Amino acid sequence: MRAGRRLAAVCIMCLILTAALGACTGGRNGGDTSQQASSAQGASSTADSGESASDAGQTDAAQTRDDITIGIPQDIDSLDPHAARAAGSREVLFNLYEGLVKPSSDGELLPAIASAWTISDDATVYTFTLREGVLFHDGSAVTAEDVVYSIERCADPEQPDTFQSALEAIESVSVTENGEVEIVLGAPDSEFLAQLTCAIIPAGNATPAQTPVGTGPYKYVSHAPQQNLVIEKFDDYWDPDHAAHIRNVTFKIEADVNTVVMELKAGTIDMFCRLTTDMYTQLADDFTIYEGTMNLVVAMYLNNAHAPFNDARVRQALCYALDKEEIFDFIFDGSGTPLGSSMYPSFGKYFDASLNDTYTTDIDRAKELLAEAGYENGFTFTLTIPSNYDQYVDMSEVIREQMARIGVTVNIQLIEWNSWLSDVYGGREYEATIVGVDASTMTAAAMLSRFRSDASNNFVNFNSAAYDTAFANAKAAVDDDEKTAYYKECLTILSEEAANVYIMDMPNYVALNPAFTGYVYYPLYLMDVAALRPVN
Amino acid sequence: MLRILDYIKKNQSPFFRIGLLLTLVITCAVLISLFYMPYSPTAMDRASRSLGISLRHPMGTDNFGRDIFCRVLYGTRVTLLIALGTVAIGTTAGILIGALCGYFGGLLDEIVMRINDALFAFPSILLALVFVSLMGTGNLQLVLSLGIAFIPSFSRIVRGEFLRARSMDYVLNARLQGASHLRIMFVHILPNIRGVLLSSVMIGFNNAVLAEAGLSFLGIGTQPPFDSLGQMLSDARINIMSEPRYMLGPGIVLILLVLGFSLLGEGLRTKT
Repeated sequence: MRAGRRLAAVCIMCLILTAALGACTGGRNGGDTSQQASSAQGASSTADSGESASDAGQTDAAQTRDDITIGIPQDIDSLDPHAARAAGSREVLFNLYEGLVKPSSDGELLPAIASAWTISDDATVYTFTLREGVLFHDGSAVTAEDVVYSIERCADPEQPDTFQSALEAIESVSVTENGEVEIVLGAPDSEFLAQLTCAIIPAGNATPAQTPVGTGPYKYVSHAPQQNLVIEKFDDYWDPDHAAHIRNVTFKIEADVNTVVMELKAGTIDMFCRLTTDMYTQLADDFTIYEGTMNLVVAMYLNNAHAPFNDARVRQALCYALDKEEIFDFIFDGSGTPLGSSMYPSFGKYFDASLNDTYTTDIDRAKELLAEAGYENGFTFTLTIPSNYDQYVDMSEVIREQMARIGVTVNIQLIEWNSWLSDVYGGREYEATIVGVDASTMTAAAMLSRFRSDASNNFVNFNSAAYDTAFANAKAAVDDDEKTAYYKECLTILSEEAANVYIMDMPNYVALNPAFTGYVYYPLYLMDVAALRPVN
Repeated sequence: MLRILDYIKKNQSPFFRIGLLLTLVITCAVLISLFYMPYSPTAMDRASRSLGISLRHPMGTDNFGRDIFCRVLYGTRVTLLIALGTVAIGTTAGILIGALCGYFGGLLDEIVMRINDALFAFPSILLALVFVSLMGTGNLQLVLSLGIAFIPSFSRIVRGEFLRARSMDYVLNARLQGASHLRIMFVHILPNIRGVLLSSVMIGFNNAVLAEAGLSFLGIGTQPPFDSLGQMLSDARINIMSEPRYMLGPGIVLILLVLGFSLLGEGLRTKT
């Protein structure tokens, strides 16, 4: 016992001593520490550079390298493509499953299992011609029955609302006599095509979570919960132009983001997609860095049903207290895309930059609003944060300070991701949380349907009759301009009612081992592993 | 009070002296910080982000411009409080269980000690982990989990001592005089084993500090922004390559804290 304690003490001592010596060079120059420290890092990590030199030596041999390990910040919540709720799950499942159509990196919809389609003029009848020779991972060919089964399964009200609410509008799915699939909608919906990215699985496969079989460029090999997910190149993929280049892919779950930099440097993972600014600056020398945006609406989501957030004035007060620039400066070295409503700029026409100015930091106005609502002495609320997202934890600390300026006390509570999904997102048992919400498809509806009063995934309990009407009008509109106008009205309502304290879309840095290349950004929260290839 | 001073004078062990000094310095710093801190440990300042070591900021500032020295002072307070609570729960329950089992022996002893042995099979940090996952996060839950996890080791030590004392002459004597069992246990035996008890409390305190740091390091400890030392170390890992300085303050203080208590425990043991 005693020897063990001493050993532990000695170990910690050694660790700290190393850190201390490393810091000595960095500490001397007071002003320009970050520069200093990074050069000190270069000097002190000779062992490292030796290793990367040998890495470089291996690059010739690595031309044939056909395995890659990709770090992901959370485990897959389900391998069932129709049941997976988390954006982090969908970005991985994107490689295993395909729908009738699939999103491209420029936001368009490409034919996938369907080779062509026709849409009736009133946007109620969608007819799809299936591609010849598309195989499932188990070797069987995709038939019209599989498509009908998958769409009906996905539209089942039991499923979570990723595609479900949109697919519920389907009146009938049937196979026509010449083998085409015909989908008839109860009401016109010109955006419906985007929902058909919903995954096609073999008919009769009632438990895809246990037997994940799709048509994607990769097939499932194994899944060790909280550890990793292994997938392998599917040799019979229908599209030779987009077939996978790398044979074996392992997604390693990094529940502790703090170790990602060390893992990347040590070579235990080759790629990580959601680097913070801090992490990126430490990796810029040794990795290929891709810059983009996260494509998330990051906000302090408020439980609108919970007092005092059921009072719009309180929510607005929090918005006035927020200082986005300060968050950018503290956490993202000044970069970041401010958001004023539930839409991010990659969406193009729906994004309305003027909504960013609905609230500008104004402490006096915030206090006034609080006083009007009867909280002149402030109040206390609990901010629940998923602990695996370092940026959200950092944001919570900054926001805690900002809210203190208007007399509102914030207690931060970190919880594990799975508890967040079940208690906060699923159970709606929370007061406020910071998280990024993504769109499952490239439609405004995917982003906005969740704020309907009765939406099953309305985890903020937003309740506004005006919003419901505007959303219904947008859905019903066939003319694109009219539709866009109604969606913008929805966004304005969210902003003015202060449904949530909207913050930003985050800058996103992807670090990729220089032995590989080809990472592509999508305007959705997706990771296209098939596009990655070894450097020639 | 005088007796304590007297004891300190008499105890020549260098371990004891150094340990006492370290512990006193840290405790005094924490006590002073209750009344005065140059900066608030949570106050952020954009202008002074990631500053190096200077007279104004003896440990520099972190990426939110918070003074690391003040954060370390606050973190030490949190760490000490958690360790104190842990040891309080662990020793109280441990003494009760150990005394009963050791003094009475028999079937009760057999049953309780076998359960104890079973719990011993798990490292205390693992036990605490289980309790935290059952009770949720938060400082109170942390203290409870660690405290419960510490009961087995304390009760085993106390039981051994009571078992030994049970057949000693002074105990037999007291029994012949008609003293009640409770009186014998807590008035006669307990003061006689205080030396062993004291040093194991010191060691327990130490283990509690390390266990809390470990749990916080694993991300299930204290809640931000009121970080304990272990939590600070954990958070600093993300910057380990670019700003190793963030680890320095909390790391050194944690070492000194543990070293101090460790030496103190050692000194007490060699003397008594």
